[in-house]
Amino acid sequence: MDTVADKQKREDSLNGVGCSRKRKEDARFIQGKGNYTDDIKMPGMLFADMVRSPYAHARIISINTEKALALPGVHAVLTAADLKPLNLHWMPTLAGDVQAVLADEKVHFQYQEVALVVADDRYIAADAIDLVEVEYEELPVLVDPHKAMTAEAPILREDLVGKMEGAHSTRKHDNHIFNWQAGEKDATDRVFDAAEVTVSQDMVYHRVHPCPLETCGCVASMDKINGKLTVYLTSQAPHVVRTVVSMLSGLPESSVRIVSPDIGGGFGNKVGIYPGYVASIVASIVLGVPVKWVEDRMENISTTAFARDYHMRGELAADSNGIIKALRVNVLADHGAFDSCADPSKFPAGFMHICTGSYDIPVAHLNVDGVYTNKAPGGVSYRCSFRVTEAVYVIERTMDVLAQKLGIDKAEIRRRNFVKKEQFPYTTCLGFELDSGDYHTALEKVLDAVDYKGLRREQEEKRANGELMGIGLVTFTEVVGAGPSKSCDILGVGMFDSAEIRVHPTGSVMARMGTITQGQGHQTTYAQIIASELGITSDEIAIEEGDTDTSPYGLGTYGSRSTPVGGAATAVAARKIKAKAKKIAAHLLEVSEDDLEWEVDRFKVKGVPGQEKTMKDIAWAAYNNVPEGMEPGLEAVDYYDPPNFTFPFGAYLCVVDIDKDTGVTDIRRFYALDDCGTRINPMIIDGQIHGGLTEGYAVAMGQEMPYDEEGNLLGNTLMDYFLPTFVETPKWETDYTVTPSPHHPIGAKGVAESPHVGSIPTFTSAMVDAFAHLDVTHMDMPHNAYRVWKQIKALGLLDN
Amino acid sequence: MAKQAVSFTLNGKTVDVLVEPRELLIHTLRENLNQTGAHIGCETSHCGVCTVDIDGESVKSCTLLTVQTAGSDVKSVEGMATADGLHVIQQAFVDEHGLQCGFCTPGMLMRAYRFLQENPDPNDEEIRWGMSGNLCRCTGYQNIINAVRTAAKNLQQA
Ligand code: FES
Ligand code: FES
Repeated sequence: MDTVADKQKREDSLNGVGCSRKRKEDARFIQGKGNYTDDIKMPGMLFADMVRSPYAHARIISINTEKALALPGVHAVLTAADLKPLNLHWMPTLAGDVQAVLADEKVHFQYQEVALVVADDRYIAADAIDLVEVEYEELPVLVDPHKAMTAEAPILREDLVGKMEGAHSTRKHDNHIFNWQAGEKDATDRVFDAAEVTVSQDMVYHRVHPCPLETCGCVASMDKINGKLTVYLTSQAPHVVRTVVSMLSGLPESSVRIVSPDIGGGFGNKVGIYPGYVASIVASIVLGVPVKWVEDRMENISTTAFARDYHMRGELAADSNGIIKALRVNVLADHGAFDSCADPSKFPAGFMHICTGSYDIPVAHLNVDGVYTNKAPGGVSYRCSFRVTEAVYVIERTMDVLAQKLGIDKAEIRRRNFVKKEQFPYTTCLGFELDSGDYHTALEKVLDAVDYKGLRREQEEKRANGELMGIGLVTFTEVVGAGPSKSCDILGVGMFDSAEIRVHPTGSVMARMGTITQGQGHQTTYAQIIASELGITSDEIAIEEGDTDTSPYGLGTYGSRSTPVGGAATAVAARKIKAKAKKIAAHLLEVSEDDLEWEVDRFKVKGVPGQEKTMKDIAWAAYNNVPEGMEPGLEAVDYYDPPNFTFPFGAYLCVVDIDKDTGVTDIRRFYALDDCGTRINPMIIDGQIHGGLTEGYAVAMGQEMPYDEEGNLLGNTLMDYFLPTFVETPKWETDYTVTPSPHHPIGAKGVAESPHVGSIPTFTSAMVDAFAHLDVTHMDMPHNAYRVWKQIKALGLLDN
Repeated sequence: MAKQAVSFTLNGKTVDVLVEPRELLIHTLRENLNQTGAHIGCETSHCGVCTVDIDGESVKSCTLLTVQTAGSDVKSVEGMATADGLHVIQQAFVDEHGLQCGFCTPGMLMRAYRFLQENPDPNDEEIRWGMSGNLCRCTGYQNIINAVRTAAKNLQQA
């Protein structure tokens, strides 16, 4: 027998790490048999709908629920007054602040939750919310974060007046939330003072919303007989929700079951705990029947989880060759009315301190102030890991500005400043230890693929003809996989993640994880990890997540943490099983463990052909013939606390052509090279990258949440809020290099967010580049046709 | 509000429902008939996740009153696969990785089902325009375009 061919055949049949296995989850979705929260129906279930504030800042004078309650089919109308006796009218946020569940005396943003109506069906509930009479007294509104800490600013959070010790720092003003700094201020300032060249660029990373196609919602069901509360909920972090619900309700965690069923996209929108969830839970407890609450699209965009709203200044000090000597970043962060970010507790500005990027920067200082305004709360990570998008934007933009000032090509200035391959692991001056990287190779591969020099020549010709062509380039480094529990926790729970694997007697596998898929394909990829580790075909490996009654505790899926943390737990749990399997194999083959070697799916006695036991043989034996003193069974649990983050990176290039008369931009080409370490399923990786690039395109080119001076949100339907369609979405070209993470059990780094993080500054870089010969150094997003046209007009480029 | 009796055909079977005149078809399908394949993403005709096929046209079922469908032939994603197996378009979506979270998928499939009858041999540009009433937040569309192209090829060979 040709053993090499045989081995290869067995290897291939595993459908393990590295193959583009078709997705296990597809069968139900393509047949309309997904099970999303709004698909759940329970006997006696009622529908809830929210009465919301039309004003951004107002005192509530009175709420009259009589007419609504008189409408046939209405079962209850809850207000803050009803929640107060239960002490549930406010709830803690994940950021150390509190948020009103139902407005208590005051509303702080337009569309804030004021009352919950519960009725027989959604039509009656919608009728009833119109019948709830709320009398308001309008108050002065604060919209501009730059005015938040002025003497004239209206004070928003009366509940915090005089409490100057905030969750993260002393507060300087009643509208101040925190100040957070990283790096060395004085040393950085000294370098700037003495530098040959300095640049400074202000930029607004505008407010956007993740806007998954499925909105947020829940079905809360209190079983009064058994004392058990079950909540089906669109959550990216069901175990954390269970802990919070238990703390809020006083029910033991064992009496609370949170189930995240199928989720129609998350992108950070579904990490937080929202007033609608809490109010629905209370309604179910009060009424004793299941209560469903599902946002409509306007509620989704207006209230649950905006992202960004970072007003930044990036500054670089360098020598005349463009070698960077220092970085200074200042941020004013608009958090809206309540600080409900979902960052690890110790990091109120997330991982903004990854803002040194891919570059060898000797010294840096980062200063972030968070403020309250009369806007919706949030500040979530929209397809990124805790403010990494903002960090990458500020460094990549400022790099371009420096290149422009010095007349150095933007590829060349990056080459000169990259952390070199041999410097890894590299500790940045702001404290991250970059695990691995090869930035030069990635950049050169992209430049070759697109014929960068040719593009520059073409651009020169176009410029001579008065045409606008831009080339954007970004070389980003991300930090994902939060994270080591010594530095990362949410509400005091360390940010480990978990896997529990059981091998059945016949050798099939059931595995459960603490994470939860929202389209990433966990049922497919976790099985591939186990298949490669244990030599069992992935088709016989079932993956379950999302039910807190059955899966081990985990912190959930966001910040690209599933593969770096959950995937690591899976590999380690599988290795625990393999270690036991080896003992059983030695027992069965009557040799010592040292005489055994592993090959694909079996242990073999070294040098004795034919003496071997497959994992299937071993699984069977685990239930009837184990060595003396060993307990039967074949299963393992691992709670993986990562030793470090992982640092995926990439090089992206974009070519745009701008119509001078209309400002309409054509994305001619977008080339994305990603390095996410070991690649588990290339098909899924490509899909994740396409999706992330498209979301990046949306943010850079069109999404925005504009507020007028009264705090009215101008654009909370899909008519106004830009979700790219088939037509405008560019065609993406993807590429990769592989630089495994040295500390991850299988070397994987996580990928889903890189394309979002990396593409946004690439678009801006390309747009600005189209005008760079006219001394434009920066243009704020979104780069929609109107704004671009205004830029063209301001430069006097219009023909008439 | 007085309810009205409405009959229509759903995936080849006659259904009789009693609905308020204001009830939207998407709610009748999902709440009344337990066909939860079509989803709700906006209720304003923008996203297309509620797309079904009515009398030979793609229709966003969040924008149609159930009473308007009286006597119509309605097809939804639940009716695509037959005893012989998956529809060619469904298989193409799996093969080309044309879905991630799956929320848009039933609407995409129903639109592709009609689009490929309107244009059995589309190029990529025609696919983009023909499918543009359906949004997806996960895939960036590229693999959906591949899936529709593959489905077109396989349908012609079938
Ligand atoms: S729900 Fe019908 S188009 Fe969005
Ligand atoms: S697959 Fe998630 S919206 Fe299309």
